[in-house]
Amino acid sequence: MTTATKVAAAPTVTPAPPGPRRGRLLRWLPLAPATAMLLLFLGGPIVYCVYIAFTDMQLTGASTTDFVGLDNFRRAFGDEDFRNAVVLTLVFTLLSSLVGQNTLGLGLAALMQRASAPVRTLTGSIVIAAWVVPEIVAGFLLYAFFRREGTLNALLDWLGLPSQNWLYTLPILAVSFANVWRGTAFSMLIYSAALSEIPKEITEAAQVDGAGGLRRFWHITLPMIRRSIGTNLMLNTLQTLSVFGLIWAMTRGGPGNRSQTLPVFMYDQAFNKSLIGYGTAVALLLLLVGALFSVVYLRLMREEV
Amino acid sequence: MRPTAPLILAATLTAAVGLTACGGGSGSDPDTVKVAYNRSTDNKIRFKDNHLAEVKKQFEKAHPGKKVKLIPIQAQDNDYATKVQQMMRSPKTAPDLVYEDTFRINSDIKAGYLRPLDDYLATWKSWDQFVDTAKAAAKAEDGKTYGVPDGTDTRGLWFNKEIFAKAGLPADWAPKNWDDVLDAARTIKKKVPGVIPLNVYTGKAPGETSVMQGFEMLLYGTGDAGAHPLYDPKAKKWVTGGKGFQDALTFLRTVYSEKLGPDISDALDPNVGTTVYSEWLPEGKLAIALDGSWLGQNWLKTGGKPWPEWSRTLGLAAMPTQHGQAPGKVSMSGGWTWAISAKSKNPDLAWKFIEQLQTKDNAVTWDVVDAQIAVRKDVARDPEYTSSMPGITFFTSLVTYTHYRPTTPVYPQVSTAIGEATEAATTGDSSPEKAAASYDDQLKSIADGATVAAGRG
Repeated sequence: MTTATKVAAAPTVTPAPPGPRRGRLLRWLPLAPATAMLLLFLGGPIVYCVYIAFTDMQLTGASTTDFVGLDNFRRAFGDEDFRNAVVLTLVFTLLSSLVGQNTLGLGLAALMQRASAPVRTLTGSIVIAAWVVPEIVAGFLLYAFFRREGTLNALLDWLGLPSQNWLYTLPILAVSFANVWRGTAFSMLIYSAALSEIPKEITEAAQVDGAGGLRRFWHITLPMIRRSIGTNLMLNTLQTLSVFGLIWAMTRGGPGNRSQTLPVFMYDQAFNKSLIGYGTAVALLLLLVGALFSVVYLRLMREEV
Repeated sequence: MRPTAPLILAATLTAAVGLTACGGGSGSDPDTVKVAYNRSTDNKIRFKDNHLAEVKKQFEKAHPGKKVKLIPIQAQDNDYATKVQQMMRSPKTAPDLVYEDTFRINSDIKAGYLRPLDDYLATWKSWDQFVDTAKAAAKAEDGKTYGVPDGTDTRGLWFNKEIFAKAGLPADWAPKNWDDVLDAARTIKKKVPGVIPLNVYTGKAPGETSVMQGFEMLLYGTGDAGAHPLYDPKAKKWVTGGKGFQDALTFLRTVYSEKLGPDISDALDPNVGTTVYSEWLPEGKLAIALDGSWLGQNWLKTGGKPWPEWSRTLGLAAMPTQHGQAPGKVSMSGGWTWAISAKSKNPDLAWKFIEQLQTKDNAVTWDVVDAQIAVRKDVARDPEYTSSMPGITFFTSLVTYTHYRPTTPVYPQVSTAIGEATEAATTGDSSPEKAAASYDDQLKSIADGATVAAGRG
């Protein structure tokens, strides 16, 4: 270690005239460990992943790995199952993230602002509990809720309503609901924070001017928290795009491929069908979908009010 | 700021050095054999664990100073394979000894995960006791042998005689063709409501269970005797989904559309195999089960679902061919082998553990406790084996009619494609013709175009 110190220290102790370049270099120094770690543990796997996506690597059945150019991507676009997975991913994201988590989270946050302290604490802790539960536990809980002999059907029976085999007839709806159940707490927390930042005077002024609840919400609350909405949408969407454990535990992408979103499709190709190369190419495409969403949201957030 | 900079740099360097060190350091201990195997997902079933623990004790006593480290992997078969394949990719994690399903072993051989055992087998006396089909089970296309099988299995129909009596069906039921099976199921549906008439595994989630116990038991009964409905070994080509393939899918569709089978969502549950032996059969909820020879093991007094008197309730019948064409009966066989990982640093010690597993006494004990069909002549003659369980003579007799799956590296991928075809046909998402056509497409891409139309094999 001492030798390492000496060798490493050598360039920094050589006297040099302090200039702007040198200053910048020195300012970067404290960040060096973090940068090195990021390059090593984040950059490394990504570069390796990009490399694999252009090969025909297999988990079993072939001893050599060859470079195959764009074959994996061509295959993906010609693959009916892949297109099915893209559509389902969009449906899943739209339903559970944009409509479900986001709207419900905002609604809850708005309601909780008016609620009394005990109600607020109670609701808050229940909703957050769903978020704290590990993904796989949540998956099994909701599997138990939706399955044929599950809680939901028991409730429906008790109410005298016809029961359904949810995981079989409407699997994508069931997993979307599961994701809403699990992810709403996050939106609620973000919106609670944003709503409490709105100065009371403005709302009161509007109230004095005769604006009703809905109008106040539409003209004052929403514009004032639009940055939070943007951030929340982006985080939610990216998180939902990569949901795997929840769907895997509930339906494994089935029946057929009726709930096979991109992450499940990717796992299926890479590990069940042993096509690591193809699976990785799909992972890259998923990354691309995520990047597209982020660009849109970032642009929305950049515009000034 | 200046005096702290070298300190930080130094810290980064040491951290980096430290990390690389722990990355490369965990070599294997030359005195330890690491044994990876699959543990049943049913927590009450620990036959393999107990047997291996016993052999480990014997081994450590016979070889002082040597240790055996058992690495149980509790998972479904597909997940177990994925995990072990990933372990075998790196010398740091590769176990010395791996329990390999014969249907996957050729794929893993091709991937370079396993080590040929010919040098060891040449001087091993017990190898002569193995029947030829078993010796061939883990023989690769290169002519070398990569695994030592420890038993096999056959498949047939288990039926509940009490339900049959209520439905007016005979206790010595012996169907001659598929229609006999379906008719019996229809009779039961009509006369004994509330029970599941017939279970045939299907769909993707049960994995190889639905492909082999379900679909292939049908497919291999559609052709003439000696035909190869999946793979033509002479032409070295895969056979596309022809009439037999569609007929087998139609059978599945019939079972599930006429509601002769379990509820589709139950059938597509990955744990349906456990449900069949632990609930449906013992509780009298299922009349006919197309299933493996090993079911009885679960009902031993020491098993997961003790039901020692099962043989009074359950009868056994061979699965018939489609129209009763010769030889009239059909069965599929598989089995597992012990193989040595190519990246193992102690192959010699690993081999010694295989020898310990395959002393005659241990081989008999294993085949008995795990309800395996013996692959060694000395074991098959052993009275402890022949008297071990009701039905063992029946299932051993099916060995004459049995078929083995194609031993080519891409079989696991083909199996996945078959699973998808059965699921599409079972749920009615695709017609049998369309499911077979989409199987053909996948097959062409898996086999790189080396396919041949059915009927010419």
